[in-house]
Amino acid sequence: MNITRNSTLRKLLTREVVRLGVEGLRTPQEVIAYGGGLLKEAGKVNEQYIDDMISAYETLGPYIVMAPGLAMPHARPGGNVMENAVSFLQLKTPVEFQHSSNDPVKVVITLAGSSDNGHIELLQDLSSFLGEEGIIEQLSLVTSYEELIKMI
Amino acid sequence: MRILTVCGMGFGTSLMLLMTMKEIGKRYGVAIEGEAVDLGSYKGKPCDLIAASGEIAKQIQTEVPVLAIKNLLNKADIEEQLKPYLEKRDG
Repeated sequence: MNITRNSTLRKLLTREVVRLGVEGLRTPQEVIAYGGGLLKEAGKVNEQYIDDMISAYETLGPYIVMAPGLAMPHARPGGNVMENAVSFLQLKTPVEFQHSSNDPVKVVITLAGSSDNGHIELLQDLSSFLGEEGIIEQLSLVTSYEELIKMI
Repeated sequence: MRILTVCGMGFGTSLMLLMTMKEIGKRYGVAIEGEAVDLGSYKGKPCDLIAASGEIAKQIQTEVPVLAIKNLLNKADIEEQLKPYLEKRDG
């Protein structure tokens, strides 16, 4: 396997920002707050960024559910992002985001880009990784951090 | 050809979509220029085509064709929708 493949994503997806089999989240707001909370605890974003993501969902709608089963919450940096970051949640109980075709959400990748273009490499990695056939289903079933990292 | 990709913020989703479309264009030998913009700023920007997620596309009012993409990560699907425009360009 090519070890340089998706290296930006691999580097950012450390153990502290990955949670598998998450239980007890019922609403999109709770899901976004949890995914953003991991970034905040890791020192990558502040509380305002989490609020911005939630209000983006509330005002702009559920288009962050980019593919069946996958949500990618994000907001504009607005000075609230210390460095590019991403967190990964696998939901034990899928959550409805009110999307017309891609609900319910099982996998949540929360994104933070520190500047307008500084996160291009990260987006490229995500697009290549998540563009693989059947990947969301596989991610919804992964049982360990090691297994997840191997897939990237 | 010039494509505007639109999302709520012009920062995440639309950038990813634009990158995918550029990649597809390259394979067809069509240079795609473009810009990822938010819903508030697509108006008045000259382009041949606008692409956005289905949820966002509903809100776009324009004279040019709008591609509504259901699954923004499905490259085959995006190619399918973009293809007619790339081929038209060719001939």
